[in-house]
Amino acid sequence: MALLKAEGLGIQFGGLKAVDEFNFEIEKNQLYGLIGPNGAGKTTVFNLLTGVYKPTSGQITFDGKPIIKMKPNQITELGIARTFQNIRLFKNMSVIDNVKVGLHHSQNYSLLPAILNTPGYFQGEEAIEEKALSLLRVFDLEEFAYVKASNLPYGKQRKLEIARALATSPKLLLLDEPAAGMNPTETAELMETIKLVREKFSIAILLIEHDMKLVMGICEKIVVLNFGTTLAFGTPEEIRNNPEVVAAYLGNEE
Amino acid sequence: MEFVAQMINGLSTGGMYALVAIGYTMVYGIAKMINFAHGEIIMVGAYLAYIATSMMGMPSYVSIVISIFGCALLGVVTEKVAYKPLRNSGSLAVLITAIGVSYLLQNVFLVLFGSAAKTFPTYIPAGTIQFFGISITYVSLISLILTGICSAALLFFVNKTRIGKAMRAVSEDKGAAELMGINVNNTISLTFAIGSGLGAIAGVIYGMSYSLIDPYIGAMLGIKAFIAAVLGGIGSIQGAMVGGIVIGIAEAFTISYVSSTFSDAVVFGILIFILLVKPAGLFGKNVREKV
Repeated sequence: MALLKAEGLGIQFGGLKAVDEFNFEIEKNQLYGLIGPNGAGKTTVFNLLTGVYKPTSGQITFDGKPIIKMKPNQITELGIARTFQNIRLFKNMSVIDNVKVGLHHSQNYSLLPAILNTPGYFQGEEAIEEKALSLLRVFDLEEFAYVKASNLPYGKQRKLEIARALATSPKLLLLDEPAAGMNPTETAELMETIKLVREKFSIAILLIEHDMKLVMGICEKIVVLNFGTTLAFGTPEEIRNNPEVVAAYLGNEE
Repeated sequence: MEFVAQMINGLSTGGMYALVAIGYTMVYGIAKMINFAHGEIIMVGAYLAYIATSMMGMPSYVSIVISIFGCALLGVVTEKVAYKPLRNSGSLAVLITAIGVSYLLQNVFLVLFGSAAKTFPTYIPAGTIQFFGISITYVSLISLILTGICSAALLFFVNKTRIGKAMRAVSEDKGAAELMGINVNNTISLTFAIGSGLGAIAGVIYGMSYSLIDPYIGAMLGIKAFIAAVLGGIGSIQGAMVGGIVIGIAEAFTISYVSSTFSDAVVFGILIFILLVKPAGLFGKNVREKV
């Protein structure tokens, strides 16, 4: 059974159909890419999947449950996490606190021990600290743990966003242009990180990306979106040779 | 000696302003609105303690607990009924609604209790304690201690606990916080509850210090605390604490060395000065408008 399934998904803003009849399925532990020209509706799809937008038509099932009526925080708890195209870290909080916010639901000590400073609070807090540090270690961010998030260099902020999303212990991770603004070396490093994340956490990943080398290099399957509808779906090889996709990107020869 | 005594006086009134200013600043931080009804919450807090003790004969500590929880509930209900429906409308709409809520509360208490001042029950005996030749009233001392405890507990809560971190996350980016699994509505409610609960304590301190309460006490206290919050940098809890203390001390010194008629003028003078020189406040961050 598919981990996430979207059927006939659509959303309309006034007269504009931003996404229309979008069908998509992703299995556990798979790495898919979502590509398409600017304005094709890629980020809108992410917003629909995470509950930020409510679809005007269609169904989304995640892990066997319909999720379109759920709030974003409930969907996150079920296991979908995401990063943002324009980085949205909690800039004035430390790097480790950003991750701890993601760990919000894995902390189960209650309010009272925290107020009374009981051992329960300190044990809980220690466990969280350890968990957060081990996540930062995966992304080589441990040494920056107590630095303010806004003081990190750009590439590391992107990585921290992924770490923060992983802290919510997702089953599906949505990455919105993770390589945007990175130089080729950083992009290559990021590709390795994404592969590592999938193996280490055994989760499914769907990523939006414009860097074709990255997408073709690591994704098993690719969905091409154009004017809000699915234009093609297949392996990188199939997508590369699909004349419709080439036309959407380069324009028709007439 | 006179100087030190006035300093302590200022610290104790300043502490009360700080407790109220924290309410303004926390709500601003998380809901991006100035809750002009916050001053009236303090008035309600004082009245709740008065009702519990003087009318129902409860012991002082029970009355204070009733007042804290009553105000916390009032804060939460106000947010749900009056502000939440306007969360996506312009800030002017919420501001005007807050002023409306403020007048509503004032007038409800005016109808219920009349405009004549009520005598606040004596929780702490009158009298002074001597420290190295300086005499401090018990009330000043207790309010100082209360303020200190509340501020320390709040700073610990906001910086060190899971829910405190969730609050800071929501105040920075509601959307991103929600996508990290945080329930934004509950977090906002909790913020209103904490701010209003601290306001209730300030109301009780007001009652103990001035011993007379009427339905208008919240107005001036609210405005002065708001100035304290702006002075400290609205949105910053430490800023609200420092701002409150500064306003309290400035007021105490003006009263003892200049004239009590100038004390309000000095406080508002500080507001004008800070808006001209450092509009973001002492601890505030400069906010750049995105274009």
